[in-house]
Amino acid sequence: MTRNTALSIRDLSISYDTPEGRLRAIREVSFDVARGGITGLVGESGCGKSTLMSAILGLLDGAAIVESGEIWLGETDLLTLSRGEMRRLLGDRIGAVFQDPMRSLNPVLTIGRQMTDIQFRHRLSRRTKRERAIEMLHKVRIPDPAARLDRYPHELSGGMRQRVAIAMALMAEPDLLVADEPTTALDATLEMRTIELLRELQQEIGCAIVFITHHLGVVSELCDDTVIMYAGEVVEAGPTRALFEAPRHPYTDLLFACDPARIRERSRHLPTIPGTVPGLIDVPPGCVFAERCPERFAPCGRLHPRPLRVRGSEAVRCHLHDPEVTS
Amino acid sequence: MWLYFLKRLGLAVAVVAIVIAALFAMIHAIPGDPARVALGPRASEELVAAFRERIGLDQPILVQMGNFYVSLLRGDLGRDAVSGEPVLRILLSQLPDTLYLVLGSILVAVVPGVFLGTLAARHRGSLIDRVTSVISVSVMSIPAFVIAIYLLLIFSIELQWFPAIGAGEGVLDRLHRLVLPSLALGLAWIGYVARILRASILEEMNEPHVRTARAFGLSENRIMYDYVLRIAILPTITVLGIGVGHMLSGAVFAEIVFARPGIGKLVFDAIISRNYPVVTGAVLLTTIFFVLVNLLADLVIAWLDPRVRHDLAG
Ligand SMILES: Nc1ncnc2c1ncn2[C@@H]1O[C@H](COP(=O)(O)OP(=O)(O)OP(=O)(O)O)[C@@H](O)[C@H]1O
Ligand SMILES: [Mg+2]
Repeated sequence: MTRNTALSIRDLSISYDTPEGRLRAIREVSFDVARGGITGLVGESGCGKSTLMSAILGLLDGAAIVESGEIWLGETDLLTLSRGEMRRLLGDRIGAVFQDPMRSLNPVLTIGRQMTDIQFRHRLSRRTKRERAIEMLHKVRIPDPAARLDRYPHELSGGMRQRVAIAMALMAEPDLLVADEPTTALDATLEMRTIELLRELQQEIGCAIVFITHHLGVVSELCDDTVIMYAGEVVEAGPTRALFEAPRHPYTDLLFACDPARIRERSRHLPTIPGTVPGLIDVPPGCVFAERCPERFAPCGRLHPRPLRVRGSEAVRCHLHDPEVTS
Repeated sequence: MWLYFLKRLGLAVAVVAIVIAALFAMIHAIPGDPARVALGPRASEELVAAFRERIGLDQPILVQMGNFYVSLLRGDLGRDAVSGEPVLRILLSQLPDTLYLVLGSILVAVVPGVFLGTLAARHRGSLIDRVTSVISVSVMSIPAFVIAIYLLLIFSIELQWFPAIGAGEGVLDRLHRLVLPSLALGLAWIGYVARILRASILEEMNEPHVRTARAFGLSENRIMYDYVLRIAILPTITVLGIGVGHMLSGAVFAEIVFARPGIGKLVFDAIISRNYPVVTGAVLLTTIFFVLVNLLADLVIAWLDPRVRHDLAG
């Protein structure tokens, strides 16, 4: 944990209690988010991105069990905080934008009401709170913000609702913004505009961002660092440029190689790789990607790879880069 | 919105018309000559014929029905077959007591029901949840007349806390006498309200907007009362609208058991004496009341939920 880290996740493992058994959604996940940096979190559906986000926000489902790990926000390990202590950080030092803009705002309260409610920490008059809300809507380029305050979420377009959500999350100028696929529901042009907007606001406020997405193009466009997850594990993490130029993990390699042209612009989902993701209730003993890996060799099926520092990447979980295994 | 209102009103008129038609058919199907029953076996043939003519029973049923609709449009519900008083006046004199009873029952259902439902949802899976669930299911499964009789036995006869019969005079006395009958009619609905509300709160709690509210550090109380209950209460309002129908039919026996005046008691007596104009009028009035209550429930829902308003406007 250095002073330049806004968020540091250490060895985090989270399971869900399910009727079929313990589902090990996230295993030994570690990565850092630099102060004022943007980290992209990429992975197929079900690889544990949302679980990770809920853990950071202290909003894990009742069935979730934190098996081990630490989540450091500055000098505090969020996992040691009580509910009340965590609540004090939420909406103040930590902001969040969720996946589904259609349903993540309260449907029966006006935008203005919701935007003033979240300012409950400040001893300001209702009028001032409204003015701050208008100013924030203006910042996310919502036209005629004063009139929008009296609208209900269903009266706004999807793109506008998502910008309202971003405005709300950034209103308190948090140290950290966690955004779960904030642009997935938007069309490509709107997605790019929202990304630009986020980048601008981020530079103004100086917050760090964890940006969860399926979209590699967005990551290369927006993120300083990239974390690639697969079946609940971080398989590779590092600076975006280095990672995109020379991926070290065969999974990352396949993701990028599938269709490099699609990475730039319009691809809405991760490319498909033959084979299936292993079940998370009985996780295989070796490498989680072994079954689909074109470069698998003897130890992959039985030995679980450890995270390695390799030039260009901060961590790679692959035996190919482990001198002890390959030699 | 207005269009919707007009549509609903049209529907309401249709419902009332159909209910009246069904009622005429039913009266027609009841065996025995109503005039004979009303006047007794020893009345002369002329007297019976005159009676039949007076209440229009000598005409074919379709003509009777047509006449009824026509005079209904003029606000005339006919006359009491026995006393000759206008039916409307009789009904209006009995209506308030039944309204108070239904209102009292709704209050009995809603206040504890909402409290228990919210409590159970907040302490889901705990002992409190299980206790409220047992309470809800037990009150739901006891028939209202059994509750009525036990209430009478315990609180009026044994403990003598409440008078057993009558509607009373003056505000306090009326309220006092309203307690037991309202309890008898409303008690089961505590269970319905609590169960439905609990389920819809838990469902709403899983909605992403609740997670958003939590992610801004809003307190659980704020989330429950300002963000969730407003939405979760909507199905309960619909169900209560229908519940009023059950309470109206329950009012018949409650008014008899507690010897209260009211529409229920009136209908009962009128059926016994084959006083059909009164029966028809009373059924008409309760149907209108029921339809209006449901319309009101829909308006309250539209008022609470802007999405419904939006759909109605569109
Ligand atoms: N409440 C829960 N109870 C049981 N299992 C859960 C629960 N939430 C998630 N899971 C499981 O945990 C795993 C990770 O889910 P998660 O939602 O974190 O994935 P994700 O990467 O966000 O997926 P997506 O891209 O589809 O949003 C999945 O296998 C999922 O089925
Ligand atoms: Mg997700």
